[in-house]
Amino acid sequence: MSYSIKQAFKQFFRNGAMSTASVFSITAILLILGLFFLLVVNVSNVAARIEKDFDSIQVYLLNETDEAAAQYMIDGLMAMPEVQEAFFLSREQAMADLKVRFGDKAYLLDLRQENPLPNSIMITVGLIEDADKVVEYVKTFEGIEGLTYSKETVERLIKLNRFIQYAGLTIIFFLVIISVIVVSNTIKLMVLAREREISIMKYVGATNWFIRGPFLVEGILIGLVSAGLSVGIVAFIYYKIEDVFGTDLLVMLSSGLVPHRFMIENLAAIFAALGVSIGACGSIISMRRFLDT
Amino acid sequence: MIEYKNVTKTYGTNIGLEDVSISIEKGDFVFLVGPSGAGKSTFVKLMLKEIEADSGSILFDGAEITKLSNREIPKLRRSIGIVFQDFRLLPKKTVYENVAFAMEIIHISPRFIRKQAPQALSLVGISSKAGKYPHELSAGEQQRVAIARAIVNNPTVLIADEPTGNLDPDTAWEIMELLEHINTRGTTVVMVTHAKEIVNKMSKRVIAIKNGRITRDEQKGAYRPEEDEAEAIEAADGGLPVL
Ligand SMILES: Nc1ncnc2c1ncn2[C@@H]1O[C@H](COP(=O)(O)OP(=O)(O)OP(=O)(O)O)[C@@H](O)[C@H]1O
Ligand SMILES: [Mg+2]
Repeated sequence: MSYSIKQAFKQFFRNGAMSTASVFSITAILLILGLFFLLVVNVSNVAARIEKDFDSIQVYLLNETDEAAAQYMIDGLMAMPEVQEAFFLSREQAMADLKVRFGDKAYLLDLRQENPLPNSIMITVGLIEDADKVVEYVKTFEGIEGLTYSKETVERLIKLNRFIQYAGLTIIFFLVIISVIVVSNTIKLMVLAREREISIMKYVGATNWFIRGPFLVEGILIGLVSAGLSVGIVAFIYYKIEDVFGTDLLVMLSSGLVPHRFMIENLAAIFAALGVSIGACGSIISMRRFLDT
Repeated sequence: MIEYKNVTKTYGTNIGLEDVSISIEKGDFVFLVGPSGAGKSTFVKLMLKEIEADSGSILFDGAEITKLSNREIPKLRRSIGIVFQDFRLLPKKTVYENVAFAMEIIHISPRFIRKQAPQALSLVGISSKAGKYPHELSAGEQQRVAIARAIVNNPTVLIADEPTGNLDPDTAWEIMELLEHINTRGTTVVMVTHAKEIVNKMSKRVIAIKNGRITRDEQKGAYRPEEDEAEAIEAADGGLPVL
């Protein structure tokens, strides 16, 4: 084992140009991969939040509709399996919530003498796809002024999010394959450069794993170094993005970027695993072809 | 020690060995002769399990080589030393390192290597060049290093595939003396060669192969150019006369 590691490091420096070239290629690939990762995670995050905000249906009640009638509607709604939650929101409570949301600008709301908000029923559906059915049912009620829900927006968002996720995964998949090919070619060159040594090792009776060990470690080393470099660069880029856009996005979407610590820690763990796998797969593939028997 | 029973090896339509049965005893010194393409290297590769026999049985020290799994091959090769015509030394290692390398890669302890490697170098008479690199040595010296490497792990059999092929006659004789010395220490030696003089003067067992078959097996044998050389076959087959 220690022999393999020693040999791998020796080789790494002896074939400096080759190792460096493949480290750079894989770093570049992982960098792109990391940026896609950031994009996908953040888009998913934003989408999830927006979805949460919009998966509710607000039913505005006419002033004549009393609380008992509202309760009757709520009971009917709660009986539907599609409905997760339905509750009565009084106009006073609605105003109080609004004031909280306005924060230090709440005095603006006090300018109006009368509370303009109606009583309402807030409905949360389990699946946004079921919203239509619930809406149809709500429309059969008497004593409602109107309702709002934004199914299309949410659905479009979900579709976009899915698309970005699938596209991201596809691109990530191909990038990973390219990395494996890069590693396997590098290892192949290293195997060829040491062909004589390997053939002697075989004749003297070195075990296959003893011969393969250094190349396997070599591949893993290339993968890990590349992973480390790319995580560093991605982290740097992410900090910059946070600096520039972080607060603005917070206001715009009421959901900022996924916090960098969470993001980078996960990315580091994923890339470490990915680096090791890419390196190991790459060298095993080239060794299967060149070091058998 | 080594026993081939009805061994056949073909490469597609090419015949490597055909129905070969032979037995080599412990301590034997054997010349393997025959024209180019006769199957000599095939014979050697089968013993090392570099290639698989199509049929037949090969026993090495009582173990059936044809049935060894891939994981058992290294163990077999540790009991066989091998020397080639082109020496096959590692150019970036010194003489000593080349020999020590053969021990390192089979996990011999550094202490034992420090003891054993110089002994092997001294046995082949090259101790004074231990710190030199292969390109600084003459061909004969390089072959000595290769022999030291082949015997340093105390194999029971030493195989030499045309070890004198690249050497001038005097140097070749020195190498032969060395191989004979190694043989007298108990190591079985199998030497593939085209060197008529050497075979005749040494007067050892000669196994002749032609077209994959054993044509002759004599104790204290001699080299027969008319059988053992390719040109002779062409003439015998009624080919074009040599001008
Ligand atoms: N890998 C291979 N693929 C196809 N045919 C082969 C292969 N190796 C050997 N042969 C054929 O098998 C036969 C025996 O070859 P082998 O190498 O054993 O001969 P040899 O006696 O060692 O010859 P030389 O004296 O030239 O080294 C030859 O006809 C050769 O062409
Ligand atoms: Mg040959």
